Formats: sequence, C-alpha cells, structure tokens
Amino acid sequence: MPRREDIQSVLVIGSGPIVIGQAVEFDYSGTQACRVLREEGVRVILVNSNPATIMTDPDFADATYVEPITWEVIETIIAKERPDAILPTLGGQTALNAAIQLHEHGILEKYNVELIGAKFEAIQKGEDRQIFKELVIAAGAEVARSHIAHTVEEAVGFAEDLGYPLVVRPSFTMGGLGSGFAYTEQELRRIVGDGIHQSPTSEVLLEESILGWKEYELELMRDTADNTVVVCSIENVDPVGVHTGDSITVAPALTLTDREYQKLRDIGIDIIRAVGVDTGGCNIQFAVDPADGRIIVIEMNPRVSRSSALASKATGFPIAKIAAKLAIGYRLDEIPNDITKVTPASFEPTLDYVVVKVPRFAFEKFPAADPTLTTTMKSVGEAMAIGRNYATALQKALRSLEKRGSSFHWGPEDRSVEELLEVIKTPTDGRIVTVQQALRKGASIEQVFEATKIDPWFIDQIVLINEVADEVATAPMLDTPTLRYAKDHGFSDAQIGQLRGFGEHDVREIRHILDVRPVYKTVDTCAGEFPALTPYHYSSYDRETEVVPSEARKVVILGSGPNRIGQGVEFDYSCVHASFALHDAGFETIMINCNPETVSTDYDTSDRLYFEPLTLEDVLEVIHAESQSGELVGVVVQLGGQTALGLAKGLKAAGIPILGTTPEAIDLAEERGLFAEILENAGLLAPRNGTAFDYPGAVTVAEEIGYPVLVRPSYVLGGRGMEIVYDSPSLADYFERVADQGIVGPSHPLLVDRFLDDAIEIDVDALYDGTELYIGGVMEHIEEAGIHSGDSSCTLPPVTLGRHEIDRVREATRKIAEGIGVLGLLNVQFAIGAGVLYVLEANPRASRTVPFVSKALGIPLAKAASRIMVGETIADLKLSGLLPEVDGSRIPMDSPVAVKEAVLPFKRFRTKEGNVVDSVLGPEMRSTGEVMGIDKDFPRAFAKSQSAAYGGMPLDGTVFVSVSDRDKRSIVLPVLRLKQLGFEILATEGTAEVLNRNGIAARVVRKFSDAPDGDEPSIVELITRNEVDIVINTPSGRSARADGYEIRAAAVAGDKPLFTTIAELSAAVASIDAIREGFEVRSLQEYALDRAARL
Amino acid sequence: MATFEPAVLVLEDGTRHPGRAYGAVGRTLGEAVFATGMTGYQETLTDPSYAGQIVLMTAPHIGNTGTNDEDMESRRIWVAGYVVREPSRIVSNFRAQRSLDDDLVEGGVVGISGIDTRAVTRHIRSAGAMRAGIFSGADFELPDSEQLDLVRSGAEMNGRNLSAEVSTIEPFTVPAVGERIGSVAVLDLGVKTSTLNYLAARGFEVHVLPQMVSAGAILELAPDALFFSNGPGDPSASDRHVALLQEVLRAGIPYFGICFGNQLLGRALGFGTYKLPFGHRGINQPVLDKSTGRVEITSQNHGFAVDAPIEGIIDSPAGFGRVEVSHFSLNDNVVEGLNCLDLNAFSVQYHPEAAAGPHDANYLFDRFRDMVLAAAGTGTNQGAAQ
Repeated sequence: MPRREDIQSVLVIGSGPIVIGQAVEFDYSGTQACRVLREEGVRVILVNSNPATIMTDPDFADATYVEPITWEVIETIIAKERPDAILPTLGGQTALNAAIQLHEHGILEKYNVELIGAKFEAIQKGEDRQIFKELVIAAGAEVARSHIAHTVEEAVGFAEDLGYPLVVRPSFTMGGLGSGFAYTEQELRRIVGDGIHQSPTSEVLLEESILGWKEYELELMRDTADNTVVVCSIENVDPVGVHTGDSITVAPALTLTDREYQKLRDIGIDIIRAVGVDTGGCNIQFAVDPADGRIIVIEMNPRVSRSSALASKATGFPIAKIAAKLAIGYRLDEIPNDITKVTPASFEPTLDYVVVKVPRFAFEKFPAADPTLTTTMKSVGEAMAIGRNYATALQKALRSLEKRGSSFHWGPEDRSVEELLEVIKTPTDGRIVTVQQALRKGASIEQVFEATKIDPWFIDQIVLINEVADEVATAPMLDTPTLRYAKDHGFSDAQIGQLRGFGEHDVREIRHILDVRPVYKTVDTCAGEFPALTPYHYSSYDRETEVVPSEARKVVILGSGPNRIGQGVEFDYSCVHASFALHDAGFETIMINCNPETVSTDYDTSDRLYFEPLTLEDVLEVIHAESQSGELVGVVVQLGGQTALGLAKGLKAAGIPILGTTPEAIDLAEERGLFAEILENAGLLAPRNGTAFDYPGAVTVAEEIGYPVLVRPSYVLGGRGMEIVYDSPSLADYFERVADQGIVGPSHPLLVDRFLDDAIEIDVDALYDGTELYIGGVMEHIEEAGIHSGDSSCTLPPVTLGRHEIDRVREATRKIAEGIGVLGLLNVQFAIGAGVLYVLEANPRASRTVPFVSKALGIPLAKAASRIMVGETIADLKLSGLLPEVDGSRIPMDSPVAVKEAVLPFKRFRTKEGNVVDSVLGPEMRSTGEVMGIDKDFPRAFAKSQSAAYGGMPLDGTVFVSVSDRDKRSIVLPVLRLKQLGFEILATEGTAEVLNRNGIAARVVRKFSDAPDGDEPSIVELITRNEVDIVINTPSGRSARADGYEIRAAAVAGDKPLFTTIAELSAAVASIDAIREGFEVRSLQEYALDRAARL
Repeated sequence: MATFEPAVLVLEDGTRHPGRAYGAVGRTLGEAVFATGMTGYQETLTDPSYAGQIVLMTAPHIGNTGTNDEDMESRRIWVAGYVVREPSRIVSNFRAQRSLDDDLVEGGVVGISGIDTRAVTRHIRSAGAMRAGIFSGADFELPDSEQLDLVRSGAEMNGRNLSAEVSTIEPFTVPAVGERIGSVAVLDLGVKTSTLNYLAARGFEVHVLPQMVSAGAILELAPDALFFSNGPGDPSASDRHVALLQEVLRAGIPYFGICFGNQLLGRALGFGTYKLPFGHRGINQPVLDKSTGRVEITSQNHGFAVDAPIEGIIDSPAGFGRVEVSHFSLNDNVVEGLNCLDLNAFSVQYHPEAAAGPHDANYLFDRFRDMVLAAAGTGTNQGAAQ
C-alpha cells in the first residue's frame, strides 16, 4: 500500500532529557523520523523538552515545541495544531507512556487523532507482563516461570514457589529501572517495594532465575501486509543477569547454529504478529540455556529502542527511518534500501564484519555506588566498533571508551589466577580486562566460563588476543608479518609499543615505513552482493580499500565519542551542525566517531562517515586515507568536547592542519600560568589560585590563598575530581581518593582556586573571528557558584543582571577571546561576588550550552563557528543571514525567557547496602541530561523546566524543611510563601525555631538520628510513607551530613521534589502561580517569527 | 604464526589471493561463488547444489558451533573448495559433535583462510562467477603460471551436468510421518535431507529415485506426485530430465520442483534458462509471492534462472497450457517461481526447506500437499494433452 493520503500532519513525541536507559539514540531515531515525514510532505509537529537534540532544531519540523512531555501539554499542542496522527514509537518509553496517557484520558478520541506506529492495544500487549506472557505461550514459546505481585507480601509468598534467586521486573519502566535479582527475602522485600513504586501500574513480575544463560536480541520490522524482516541479531557477551544496555554485545550472533537462530526468528515473528506491531519495529530479547538450547523469551518492546539504534548502525539498515515510512502506510517492499538504492527494504541485512558494542560507565562520579552490574541499567553511554573479526572489533571498541584501563594490557598484574577468577565472578565495569588478565596468568577457558558463564567462544578469542600479544612481544623484530598479525587482531600502536617496550609513536613510524596501513571497508547491508552507494566505512588490515577518490575540498570533523557525564549529546549536536554548515558551504564533510547512538554517526549526516575510535592512531589513518585524493582543508577539533580537543596537539605534530583556534591557543586557556597572564594583560581578575602536583604542594597553595578552596585536575571535562575543600585534612582525604585515578600527578597538575561563596555564576558562549566578538548568550546560573555548571539550572537572558553587568561580561569575554586567539567558539565562566567580576575559566571550544543557546535565541552558534573556522568572518555571516545582526548580549525586553534544568541519575545508583547514593550537588558534574522551559517570563519558564525535568512542583501538600545554619536567613521568604499557598510545613528543630519566630507555623519532626520518642515517626519514615510532598534540605557541616543523606536518599527513592539549594527553591516557589494557570505552548518557529517582527 | 601453512586462491582472470591452508591440503578447482548467509555453514557445505563450486563465505567467522549429524543436508560435504576469513579455533555449541576442520579434512576439502573475502566477493560481483583454484602444500609451490593454467583448464559451469555425481545410486524410501496421505517420487538431482523430512512430515511416503531413472519406471511406481529436487549444474545440459518431466506431466501427475527442479520445469514448459552473472546465494533474499502480494525472505542458491516474463499469463511454448511466474526476486526481478494454470504443477527457484535459512516459505510444502490431495480428490488432473 502506498503512503496514506489521509495523514497530512503528524505529531512526533520525543524522549525528553537524556537519562540512563534512554539516551541520545532517540535523538537519532526521532531526527530520522522527522526527516522522512517531511520528505513525504507531511506537516511535522514535534514535542520534546530536550534542547540538546538535533531533532528539536527548527529545521527538522514544521512546529517544534520544546515543552514538557506531559499528556496535559500534549493535549494543548493537539488542540492548537490538530494533527491527523501521533507517532509515539520513536521517543522511547517516555513517548509510549505519554501515548498511553493520552489514550486513557480520552484525548485521542476527543480530537480524533490516530496513534500510528503502534496501536494502544499493541503497546499494552508488549508492556503488560501478564498479557505478554500469555501471548508468548500462544506463539509456542516459553517464558520464565513467573507470578505477578501487587504487594510485597504477595511477592514473598510467590518466592516460595520460584525459589531464590529470582528476578523482579516492574511493569512499564524503561532501562530495567527498579528491576533486580533477589537472593534473599530481605532483598526481595526491598526490590519489590521499589519496583511497585516505579511501575505506573504498581505491579511487578517475579520470575525464575535464568542467570548465566546466553542472551540474544532480535530487531524486527513488520508492515501492514504482514511482511516481517529480522534486521539484526545481537548476542550479549555478558550472559543473562547483566542488563543488555550494560553488556558487551556483538552483532551478528556468533554462537548459534542456523537451526537455533531460525527458531529464535520464528518465535520473534510469531510474537510481533501476535502483539500486532504492524507499522514499525520491535525488539525481542531471548535467553538460551547453553546446556540444552532451551529458549525463553525475556521481553519485547513495541517501539524503536537503544538496540535498534545499535542495529541500524551495525547493519546500515535505518530502522527508525523505515519505521516512520511504515507508519504512514508504506510497505517494506515499496521502500528502497538506502545503501544500495536498487534493492528494497524488505530483506534481511547480512554482515561480512563483526560489530561490538561496549558500555561506558560513570561509577567514578558516584563513589558510594555499588558497581556490580545487574538488570538495572547503569551505563551512561556506549562505544561501537566494526572489525573484520571479533578480536579487532572488541579491541577497537575497548579503546573507543577513552578510559584508562579499558583496553587489554600486558603490564604488571599482581593478582593471582585464583584472585582474578574470584573477581570476575561479579560482573562489573571492566570485567573483560580482568578476564584477559586471568587468561594471561594461565586460567583455562573452562575456569573462566565457570566464573562468568561467558560463552567459551568469546573467551577463546581473548586467549587468541593474548597469544598474538606473546608473538608480538617475542618476535625477533617488528616486521611486516608481525605487525599485520597484530593489526588483524585489533592491536593499537600503543599496545604493540607496550609489548615491545617502546612508544606508540615509534611503532607508528616503523609501521608507516613498512607501509602497514589499514584499508577501509564499507557497511553495505548485503556483504558485498550489491554495490553500495553510501560511503559508510570502517578500517581493517585487509587488502582492498573501498574509499572512492574524490577531488573535493575536505573537512574532517571529530565527534565526541561515547556519551559520558560531562560530554553528551550537546557535543554531537555541534558536530552535526558543523557537518551541515560545511557541506552547505561546498566542502566534503568527513565525520569520525564511534558512538552508535548519535545523529553524527547516521550515514545521512556527513558526506562520508568513518566509524572509528577517536584515538590519534585511528584518526591519523583515516586522514591519511582521505588525503590520497582531493584537498584536506583541515580538521575540526573544537566541537567534539575534550575527546576531539585532546587530539589537537598530536594531529598538529603530525602536520595535519587544525581548523579554528590553534592547539597552542587551546593550551593558553588550559595552562594555568599562561591563562593568568592573559587575564592580567586584560586587567581581569581570577579568584586567587595556584597549581600543585602533590598533597604538600596543595596545602601550601591552599593556606596561602585561604580556605575554602576549589580543587580540580586540569584537562578534564564535567568537573571530574572537582571538589570544594574546607580544610587541610579534607585535602589529604581528597588526594587519597583520587590517587589511583591517574588524574593528578607530575604531568597532570591540580588547580587550586579560592572558592567564592555566595557569588552569582555566569556562563557565556561566544564566537570570535580574530577581530570581532559575537555573543551567543549570557546565561545566569540559578544556583550560586560552587555547583558545576552542567548540574546547575540557568536562565537566558539573565534575569537579575543589569545592562551594565552584561556589558562588563561582554567586554571581558572579548578580551579573553583576543588574548587566547580564539577562532570559532569560546565558553567563559564568570562569577560576580560583591560586585567584583571574576573569570573562573575559559574553554576555546563548543560548550554544553551551545544547543541551549541556539534553541533559546535562534542563533546557530555551531554552524557559524564552523564557517569561521574555514575563514569566514562574523561580518560575512551576518551579511549572509546565518547570524542575526544583533548578538545575544542585546536581547529586547519583551523576549521570552528560557530556563535550562539538569536531570540527575541518583535514582539509578545504589550503595552496596541498597540505599540510593547522595544527591547533593557540587562542583563535580553528575547530571546526564537537560531540559529547557521557555515562556514569556522567568517563573513560567522555570515551572516548565521543572515539569519537564521531574514532573514539577506539587500545588499543595506538605513541605519538609531542614537547612544549614547559613541558609536559615534566606529560607524565611520562600517558606512563608509556601505557607501562604496552603502548604503544611514540617521542619527539624533548629529550622522550625527560626520559622516559628518569623511567624511561620512549622511542626517539628524528629531527626532520623535522634532517639525515637514513643511512636513518633522520623522524617525519613514520613517521606518513605509518602506523607511529604516536597523536601528542602541543604547540606551543612559534617555532623549533620548523615542525617541529611538519609533525608535526601528517601526523597530521591520516593521521587519527591528535592531542593538542596535555596536559590532553586526560591525559583520554584515563584513558579507555583504559573503552574496553577496551566502552561501555554509556543513553537520555536513562532518564537522566530516574533524575533523577526521585533527587528 | 610462522606455523601457518601457506595457500593461495587463484582466479581465472589471474587474480591471486594469498592466505593460509585450511581443511585438506592440496589442490582443488571449481567455480568460485560467494554465499552470504551468516549462519548455516554446515548445511551449505553439505548441500549437493554446491558440487563443483569453490564456495566463499562472506561471514567472517566460520566453524564456531562445530558440526553435528543432525544438520547434515546430505551424506557428505560437496563443495569443491572452501574460502573463509576466520576459521574458529574452538567449537562451542551444545549440539556440536565434531569440529568443522575435522569434517573438511576428512572430506578431503581443500580450503583457504585469512583471505580478504570481501575483496574477492566484490571482484566476483563485478567480474562475474569464474573458475578458480586453491593451492596448498606441494601445489602451493607450483609456479604461478602453472596454477593459472590449471585453473583455466578446469570445467566451466556452463553446459555442465553434475546430477550423476550427486544423485543417490540406489532408490530408497522415507516413510510418511503420521497419517500417510500418498506417495511422492523424488528425483534426486542433489536433494537435501530437510526437503525429504518436510515431505514426509506432510504425510508423503517419499520414494527417492536416482537421477538415471526412466519416465516409465516412475510411472510404474504410480506415485501421487512427482518432485524434482535442487541440484548442481547447468539445466540446459539436462535434456534427459526435461524430457522425463514432460512425459510425467503429460501423464497428469502433480509436480513440485525446487531450484534445479524449477529450472527443469521451465525448460519442460518450453522456456529457456540462462546463467546469472554471479548467482543468488544467501539466506536473506526477498521474493514476492504475486498471489498474496507478500514478501518472503528466502534461502537461495542458484547460478542459473528461468527466462520468462514476470508479468502476465503466458502460454507454455511446449504446449502445457497457461503458465505464470508466481514469484520473483525483489532484488533483481529474476524468476523465482512458476505456476501452471492448466496443470497441477508448480515450482520455486528458492529453497522452502531453508536449511540454512528462514522458514518463511515453508508453506509451499502445504500448498503441494493440498494440490496433491485436491488432485486425488477430484480424481482428475487435467493433462496437457487437452
């Protein structure tokens, strides 16, 4: 059936902020969907609260609503836009849940709007455990034995039947949130309690344990004619027990015979049919008993998922794009295969390479968290690599993680085989390297299998890698066969260097002299059966290269690698923009990146895509291959975060032209002394500071400049290892904790700054072309200085800065840009304390806030920056209309206000005892994503940002207040307002005293640490019992820390709004009136018209 | 790595790909073809249709799950040579009984590994299937020119009849599974075990006959239906089988053919056959069933195809009434199935038994069963003689 003519407009629901379990892959899928629908002439209406996404670029939809994804807001949008249909299958669980709510509130019926992609019934069948179980059995397959429980007591009863350990899975959650293994009744009670809370339907499924079974996933697509294809099979190297998002996975499946694989395929097709997914994709997970092949269906998602993004990148079959076409009526055989152009999409990709995905974790950000991997997803990103064999793909993927110790190594290993075998029994981040060490020390494949249940085939591949390492180490000389042998197993120059006892650079030199270089193969969906027209490449040390010569002027753009806290989708946004802008300017754009979730690794984004690790070696080889024809204009390094920036020096040393700000200039900003000089010349102030390489040095500096001090290692992103330290013992403690992380040392100095208490922090994104400065935006943090800018909420335009202050900031930014020698983007952080403007730091690169600024003000900063890098001036860009005439420091009075709010992952991380980790904000960034609220004034915008981030402030109920002494003064006004709004106030003794004296009646509640007095519940119990609606707790000195922790943990576990700063609270209180009025919606395109009208 | 025995793959056009000896050591000649399935190497190797061919696997890792008796598609490995990138070092599967290396050595199959298989695939794709040779051991030491001469002296697939090499010599019977609904005579041109099992599972008593059998002998058996299997070789070199089929069709016996059996039906109906540039060999091939408008993902292995228009109804040039192309390839519009409108006869170019491959087309065995039952029920089978 061709495209449905009755669908003229579609509302696409995005996935909201990046959180663990639901990340940038939905930007990739949503962007594809929006593109496809527009190509088909459909009017696209989009709602997504995440400004850092490509899909929310005004170019990708006809009406883009950066608004909270709640059914109420969506109803408002529907009423205004009257779409014919809603597409909810490309925005993850968020979009699917919103669709369910729209259905349940009768909105779909009321406005006569159809769900396309998946019907309500299909969503229900896939997600409701009981219905799904029946359906699997009807398809002739098995599910794990299970029971549904609605209460903890019920669960304990069922456990007697199933035995321990057992699995707990809440219904309707994503990323395995709330699920886990219970080995004892005590654990069962805790997990079930949480799970029932997490589940919107308040139910959990208890299942027999299939721990240690092999785990597989199939990605399927089905159309209205019942044509069904399996796009990809994915095998988890880590067996059942580790969430698939946290597992090392490989595509295609490598340890199944055809008979077994076809059985999975048959079951998968029966299930997608029975569920009734008829215009899109779904993902089905299987467990296979390695002993006898018994198959159990674990779950299915009737929507595009993280795995489908991976499968799309792994195969070249664009699942989201095809899903969008199916949703508007096409059949699979009517859609051409994107890569071959001549064959149809109704086929199953076949791979002549191996794809490995490895997860990227952030446990270093949550030192208290238990790093054991379970069925609750904890990774924050992933890297993918493609190789002509598994060993190569695995080694490339591991080095793509850009994390110390993530690659196999042959250095000293002190642990015995027995110790190593014991360690690998527990799945953790980096277990694969420990497995390699165990094998290297002599553990047998059988022993490792017993400890890990990893399929022996995968274990043997690591044995092979160790054997190759031996050959490399013992070869009489590093000759061509030895190098080729190592390279064909994925060894990096650095690893070969380690084995031979010399440097990476020397290996590379020898290798180049011997002309041992990679060739580049193509991802073509068909194993070479048909010619591929899409230049999507990966390296291999094979014979034939497929890079087609081109006489174009080429620009290489370095992506930002796997997502991590501090370096996320925002950087991908900038890279993608650069690619678009430079393509439009007539360059051939060449993207290098290894993150399968992103838009940048969509083969449609750049003229050429190289799916390669972002290491100096891998990047140099791509550049070499591309330098064989045409003209390499240069490499863009300032948009891909620290990953790309970190390669600048090495590239420059290899004679590669760097576009924009030079590596030397980057150094000026990074190197403390040089930067101080720039400030001094410009007459600007930095907080008093110094540099230290060890503990004694740090104490000397700190005592000289005075405590409190802010310490941070240089050359890190996201405030890694950044802390506020109040005295010398804490400083000693700090050094102890970072000792083994390799972030402070002789070549990595520690920066020590005087910490500015009670200062306002300001973030500026700007462009500089060598002569002219163009401010993108001046953002004012809502929290005071001391909280990492990535975790802090901010407002644009600044709401409390006067014209004079903005001018000072602008001038200071200009001087810094000039002093550093910026060519392109610059981000500066300032603080204003007691009227004095301090420069905290400057980064001559794209910042996290570039997309936020671009969305809020309609200034395409990344595009403009990339044009400046290739020689255009700001004047040129204004003339061509790319940049508005007036920059972001001159915002008219009646402009809307945009608020950015961070989203934090505390709920995901548990201590070994099972409690959530502490949620106090600090100078080290821990947020995974962000949302934007935009409206005519600050309270309204702030209210939207809160609603988008966590559901928003309740309008009535009970507030608990417990603040540190220094906050007692500022708490009075906001709490008074809450009282006036009708909230009941609870407080701990000290806080209650202050409130009562100020005429605010507050009831005293017992602290958690106080001895119980009769039946009176402690505050923690009250929160847990759901008797508190808002929690206000600011951390104070060490003594009260434990109490504060318990309170915050209970609030996070119970999903209560939690305020740990007074600034944020005051903003929230001011926004309550706005919430009561209800939100009005306005699209980015309408805001753009408003701006144009103001000129 | 110094212990690897060298080997070389030599193509007819002089292209040479050095690699490592794999399987048996020595020399082998055949037509180089590539197969794109990611699973099912054992089924591929034991598929008689690959007789005379040097098969290159595009999937890089081969042998991971070993081999077992259950997955044998015939009594032995048939490929003339085997080209892979990464042979597995170990076997990991609960059903595995042996390693693939053992089977290759035992079957005397000369192979080569460590090859840039993608480069060879791309070469065959653009230059077409061609003769090739693998040389290892003493044969590796032969001068390049001598190796090339040997390759060029090998038999061309065009015009080659290989049925005798793969067919059973003695007839045998596979009993019906469950209720017996009738008997089918299977002409073994290289039949696969799965096909026989599926026929038996549909209630047929399966009489497997050597390819040398005469039409008279078949008619004497009085089967309820006739089946022509897949098999190697050029259908234009099988006139005897074509004549045999024509005779049986005229006798009004229902017919079903797979692969080679499709090409022979095509020729029996009076159509031509031709050699494809590089064939269809994989388990991901989309085929449209014109009668339902649905797409089947099929398992295919053919280098030749029937030359007939894919649209409309055509009169059989050989006088068997109206014929239509029932299925065609969505990749390149090649004929993938024939249906006789005035006869109880149909055939498909692909493999509904799908071993290896997806089971999408398994329904064709039901369609065959239904046709045979219907023909028996009405007691009439309109012969072509009308």
